[in-house]
Amino acid sequence: MIEIKDLHKSYRMGSNSLHVLKGINFSVEDGELVAIMGSSGSGKSTLLNILGMLDVADSGSYHLDGVPIKDLSETKAAQYRNKFLGFIFQSFNLINYKNAIENVALPLYYQRIGRKERQEKALKYLERVGLKQWATHLPSELSGGQKQRVAIARAMAAEPKVLLADEPTGALDSTTSYEVMDLIQKINDEGNTILVVTHEEDIAHMCKRIVHLKDGVIVEDKMVEQVRAAQYVQ
Amino acid sequence: MFNRDRWKEILEVLTSNWFRTLLTAFGVFWGIFILIILLAAGKGLENGIRVDFGDIATNTMFMWTRRTTKPYEGLPKDRRFEFKRSDVQSIRDNVPNLRFISPRNQLGGFSGGGNNVIRGLNAGAYNVYGDYPEIINQDPMTVTSGRFINYNDIEQNRKVAVIGLGVKNELYDKGEEVLGTYIKIQGVNFMVVGTYKKNSSDGGEEAQKEIFVPFTAFSQAFNMGEVVGWMAITANDGHSISVLKDDIINLMKSNHKVHPEDTRAIGFFDLYQQYNRVESLFAGIRWIAIIVGTFVLISGIIGVSNIMLIVVKERTKEIGIRRALGESPWSIKKQILMESIFLTLISGMTGIIFGALAIYGINTLLDSVGPVDMFLNPSVSVKVVAGALSVLVIAGLLAGFLPANSAIRVRPIEALRTE
Repeated sequence: MIEIKDLHKSYRMGSNSLHVLKGINFSVEDGELVAIMGSSGSGKSTLLNILGMLDVADSGSYHLDGVPIKDLSETKAAQYRNKFLGFIFQSFNLINYKNAIENVALPLYYQRIGRKERQEKALKYLERVGLKQWATHLPSELSGGQKQRVAIARAMAAEPKVLLADEPTGALDSTTSYEVMDLIQKINDEGNTILVVTHEEDIAHMCKRIVHLKDGVIVEDKMVEQVRAAQYVQ
Repeated sequence: MFNRDRWKEILEVLTSNWFRTLLTAFGVFWGIFILIILLAAGKGLENGIRVDFGDIATNTMFMWTRRTTKPYEGLPKDRRFEFKRSDVQSIRDNVPNLRFISPRNQLGGFSGGGNNVIRGLNAGAYNVYGDYPEIINQDPMTVTSGRFINYNDIEQNRKVAVIGLGVKNELYDKGEEVLGTYIKIQGVNFMVVGTYKKNSSDGGEEAQKEIFVPFTAFSQAFNMGEVVGWMAITANDGHSISVLKDDIINLMKSNHKVHPEDTRAIGFFDLYQQYNRVESLFAGIRWIAIIVGTFVLISGIIGVSNIMLIVVKERTKEIGIRRALGESPWSIKKQILMESIFLTLISGMTGIIFGALAIYGINTLLDSVGPVDMFLNPSVSVKVVAGALSVLVIAGLLAGFLPANSAIRVRPIEALRTE
């Protein structure tokens, strides 16, 4: 699904440049649930941004579902993001003047799906994250966990090939974190490929595979026994 | 364009901060309001002055003789001379493209003072003109009863007269029959065959106190012989009397042995030139209105552009999210442009509506207080309004252009990082 070869990325900061990714080789199969771990500055967010086509690598190749991701125009990148990827952010990034269902329907709108179908689909995904009755509420009327679940529904609405979650539990307390991870595991159980960037050990162990990043290189890549989040959720 | 979701979003954005939107809209509103009012005021002035011109044929000149100021061909300077009836034919033969050539003679007015017309016990001092029938086209008047002078009158030297309503009011009692009665002009009886009223406000009361008699009868009755006092000459449409004027005057000079360089021997008044001067004044006023209005409008547009920039700045993160979700840059640009156009257009149309209401109010006021000097019926044409609307659309586009570009210049990853 994801195929990365010898990925380099450095940022210029005035006169000196900061080498963030120093040759990443990495591949993800269909249906995997991968945790990318590392301390701040290890390059994990940069990697996720490159995977998310929000940033471009200096060198190396990146294939997503067999499609080479290279030299994309902004319009093309936007199209690919819409078609291939779903984003889950630490700070939820819901649009605050739109209600839950409108937020979920947004990626569908960019796919030029008709209004009625959009509403139906959005409602279906809201139901899957257990927020059907909150459909017409604004983000300001929702709790943190609910906001993240709306964000997950939004990420899934476009039926992307890969879900990219950047610290999805970073802004949540542990109970809510486990609820969110439970949801992510269930989505993965249905066969969706998910990448989770985190620095929390317990969250990482709820994935099936952990990739450790340190100073821009992968220092460890191991399969782990998945801890089900459901057991922590009442 | 008529995408329900897009419009919903435009409204959401613009209504999220009512006060700011209203203040911004006011700039454009004010600009277009001022533009409309200025144009209407200019038009009002124009209408007012045009009415003063009345329907006088404007492509007309008047010409009379003075004393020569240069000796020529053995004749001394300071010589008096007079136009003759043969001069009329001479002009007609030699200068093409003239529509009317009316020789005129006159009693009263600037050639005499005291009472010159008597009817029974009443008497009055009036301008009495000896005229050809064509004069009614050059100095328009409405014949209110009877008829005007015709060519039978001219050929048969009939002593008939057409009198103004002012004359009638002074010489006749109320309700008294006028047609067929006689008035005595400098001792000679003329039969009244018609009355007239002049529409033009030019000259006011005096214009209604004139008497027109056939040129030939006038010459005979008042011993004018072949003399022509002055002439009113109108050129054909499409030919300027100002251009033909020189040919006519030169012809008169050679007919009367006047030195070709004697510029003061023949006096004239070129109505067309005066009219053109006024016309260009109107054009100037229009331009001033357009320029001032446009500048005010521009400041309004800058206001819109400014606010759109702030809106874009505020929404940087949101735009980042949208782009991460797959909205194309062009779609974002379009959204901002449409917001800008919508805001400009709505406030501009409000400005036009209020401008129209103000004009309506002024007109109602003018109607109730009666006519005001040199100001009448201020208005703007539909053409101007349509023009203003298209200017607004373009202005909205321009105002949104910069903000829209700045919205997509920020890379989505940076946009997402902003708080």
